[in-house]
Amino acid sequence: MSEAAGSMPRRVGRRRLVPSATFGRFVARRAIALVFLAIGITLVVFLLTQLVPSDPVTANLGEQAAGDPAAVAAFKEHYGLDKPLPARYLIYLAHVVRGDLGESALTHNPVTTDLGQFIPATAELAIFSIVIAILVGIPIGVAAAVKHDKPVDHALRVVSLGGISMPTFWIALVALYVFFFRLGWFPGGGRLDPGTLDPPHVTGFFTIDALLAGQWGVAGEAFHHLVLPALVLAAFNVSLLARYTRSSVLEVMGNDYVRAARAKGVPEAVVLWRYVLRAALPAIITVIGLLFANILTGAVLVENIFGWPGLGQYAYQAAINLDVPAIAGVSLFIAVVYVTINFVVDVLYGVIDPRIRVT
Amino acid sequence: MSEAAAIPAPVPAAVGRVRPVWRRPLAIAGAAIALMWLVVAIFAPLLAPYDPLAQTFTQLQPPSLDHPFGTDELGRDVLSRVIYAARVSIPLAILLVTLAASIGGVLGAIAGYFRGVTDGAVMRVTDLVFAFPAIILAMVVTAVLGRGLRNAVLAIVIVAWPAYARIVRGLVLSVGDSEYVQSARLLGVSSRRTLFRDVLPNVAGPVLVLMTLDLGTAILLLSALSFLGLGAQPPNPEWGSMVATGTQYFQQWWIGTFPGLAIFTAVIAFNFLGDSLRDFFDPTSASADRGR
Amino acid sequence: MSAALLEVEGLRVRLPARDGPVTVVDGVDYAVQPAEVFGVAGESGSGKTMSVLALLGLLPPGGAADGHALFAGRDLLRLRRSELRAVCGKEIGIVFQDPMTSLHPMLSIGQQLGEPLRIHLGLSRSAARRQAAELLEAVRIPDPESALRAFPHQFSGGMRQRVAIAIALAGNPSLLIADEPTTALDVTVQAGIIRLLDRLRRERGLSVILITHDLGVMSSIADRIAVFYAGRVVELAERESLVTEPRHPYTRALLDSLPHPEAPADTPLVPIHGMPPAAGAVPTGCAFHPRCAFAVASCTTEVPPLVREGDRLLACPVDPLRA
Repeated sequence: MSEAAGSMPRRVGRRRLVPSATFGRFVARRAIALVFLAIGITLVVFLLTQLVPSDPVTANLGEQAAGDPAAVAAFKEHYGLDKPLPARYLIYLAHVVRGDLGESALTHNPVTTDLGQFIPATAELAIFSIVIAILVGIPIGVAAAVKHDKPVDHALRVVSLGGISMPTFWIALVALYVFFFRLGWFPGGGRLDPGTLDPPHVTGFFTIDALLAGQWGVAGEAFHHLVLPALVLAAFNVSLLARYTRSSVLEVMGNDYVRAARAKGVPEAVVLWRYVLRAALPAIITVIGLLFANILTGAVLVENIFGWPGLGQYAYQAAINLDVPAIAGVSLFIAVVYVTINFVVDVLYGVIDPRIRVT
Repeated sequence: MSEAAAIPAPVPAAVGRVRPVWRRPLAIAGAAIALMWLVVAIFAPLLAPYDPLAQTFTQLQPPSLDHPFGTDELGRDVLSRVIYAARVSIPLAILLVTLAASIGGVLGAIAGYFRGVTDGAVMRVTDLVFAFPAIILAMVVTAVLGRGLRNAVLAIVIVAWPAYARIVRGLVLSVGDSEYVQSARLLGVSSRRTLFRDVLPNVAGPVLVLMTLDLGTAILLLSALSFLGLGAQPPNPEWGSMVATGTQYFQQWWIGTFPGLAIFTAVIAFNFLGDSLRDFFDPTSASADRGR
Repeated sequence: MSAALLEVEGLRVRLPARDGPVTVVDGVDYAVQPAEVFGVAGESGSGKTMSVLALLGLLPPGGAADGHALFAGRDLLRLRRSELRAVCGKEIGIVFQDPMTSLHPMLSIGQQLGEPLRIHLGLSRSAARRQAAELLEAVRIPDPESALRAFPHQFSGGMRQRVAIAIALAGNPSLLIADEPTTALDVTVQAGIIRLLDRLRRERGLSVILITHDLGVMSSIADRIAVFYAGRVVELAERESLVTEPRHPYTRALLDSLPHPEAPADTPLVPIHGMPPAAGAVPTGCAFHPRCAFAVASCTTEVPPLVREGDRLLACPVDPLRA
């Protein structure tokens, strides 16, 4: 036995790395599925744009240019408007692959330029909001599960059901009324106070850019503006995450291996954080993936009310003005982000659960 | 383990408590609120103090005895509008959830029953729908088809049916694989009969739970589309568009607050009910809320 | 019977149920001697598992135990939860029924085995790893080094149960509780696990409480056997005398329901009539009387006390099998 111990290799990593071959195959399979899904998404977006009743030529070129036969011909040539549907789809797909999402009828910028401008605002809001949801929702869910069937649990259940029943746009309105109009604790909207110049663009996240530029005041201001909309966006998601965390923790706590961990003398806190949460993590991560979708959709509603110049406002303006390339671009972008997040979730599953990466 | 076979094993006594649905406070509260909104929707003309469209009062009055919810920017009674708006959201939510459940249920059953290519096709379509966040897709569909309640309902049905298809397909698949159906097949019982006799009772519970929860989700989505101006069109009262008005008359808090409360109570009623139903049908299941 | 390692007295366990708490263990006494295999036999639901889970504070939520359980000078039932945790896995190891579910699926064998070593023995990470490899070798896991890096799903049921035993042995306990350790395993694997337990007992001077409904497994290793019925001990004796001369009608019935290796091939197996009572619906008097062929009127009203008869304890005043 001692020989066995002596011959133990020196290099015993603190954290075991994933066996690369099987895990690689697992990721590759998911990635291929992702590509097919992305192609499917472009098809859906394309077909939706084909349903728009408006004439793309006048909508995109404007009255004046539409009277110019050469411009019209060039436009039709570019989008293959004279060709049959499948051919037009292939042209569209080729454009998308090259990063050409067309030109917004509203701003007359390339849609990609618009997206590049609006995405950071939404991303800053979304990430901050998700962090809030995770930091609040998971502990609440764990607490409810630990206090299962006790008054705390029942109270949290009612509160979280309430949280997922409130329309986000209404919470936004009430929050603005109370915390801006009545109490004056938070600014009324926008990313910065009127008159404050944007910090030099690096990431597009005003808080980070201001810090990078050493503009402490601007950073604080950007943060101040960020808090209220982020909290509003988080409300629904905190509740959702707490509910899922509770039920998956409860499910795990009933497992034999939790009892076995206690039987081997593991302290209760370690049982909870190492054994229970570890096993509940895949379910929780799935929900966090879902939260991104919720936040993106919530952004459409909240950005409107808070005057937040993000993707949601852009999508909304595009939708009500029938700005087809913009609608197509935004929905394509959001769908691709969403499925990519799901892909990341799948991969994380494999990292967390060894049973998955081997099969 | 032949030795053990001689000793009959008793069913272990259940430790958890399974209370019937009607003895759960959440279920009672949910049912009561939902019933209240149904009554309000049905008897709106009797309950509303004024004509919801009549612009006959002083504009932007705060709540008072005459106008408990105040008046709006056009001098209409907000309470009457909230009451009449129940006739929009509640029936449309019921309609669209029924539609989504029927379409999804049938497609899911077909997919699970025939399997193979049919299954693959239906499931890929559900994947695609799930690839878009619900409100984005609903927003795009409504924008493309044209604004209005009818298209908003259609858009939400498009977003909502895949969940039913997946549930029903999964259950049909698992029941079809179960030993008792396999043996029924061997005995020559027609597979259509086993489908109806064995699958339906298994499917009913989960689908009912999802439908109840979806009533809440549907009300949220519908009001969100109307809030964005893509659903109900003025001057017809609708909760979401009333909240939208509230954002413009921001200092007159009553304009947006009360319709929002109406949405909140209606949605929470169905969530209370659905959550209790889920406990009842499957006490162990993880919650299955979906994004809005 | 002095210097017992574990003395259980008047143990009562109640579990929550739909209509209020039910008593699943109703006044149980026994003592486990050092280096003996103490068998606890009985059908599922007889309270045998709960009677040991109660000792380690592992009852399901809402479960409550009273009585006494003296172990190494302390009453386990009076210890605080944190104190009990220090006993669990260090002085008392436990192996559960189903090795498919009693190991955490997402933690490696090394992590799961190393944990009690670090907690109870205060070993460093690398020392724990060496010790873990030795433990795996002691339970005859081939190639312990790579086994430490593996995950439970990469092992067969029998191998997982060996790992579970290694984990239970990590704190170098003086008492090992094995709750149906072979029930979930293939018959061919069962013998190996039983041999392993037997060898560990001899090599380490370990006491083992072996819980099983399988008297066949039991009789191959146990020194003394206690037979549980409906939350009570009905008979307790040395293995030989219990198996060859069962006195309680229930013990007798249990043995008759087993195929005996030396019996003629055409000896019929006799199933026990009826079902064991559900917790909460235990008959009055002797709980076995509705299924007992020898029951007399008093059996339906009076709970027969467990009395000493020579070197055995017996709870049957009728004792129809007295030689």
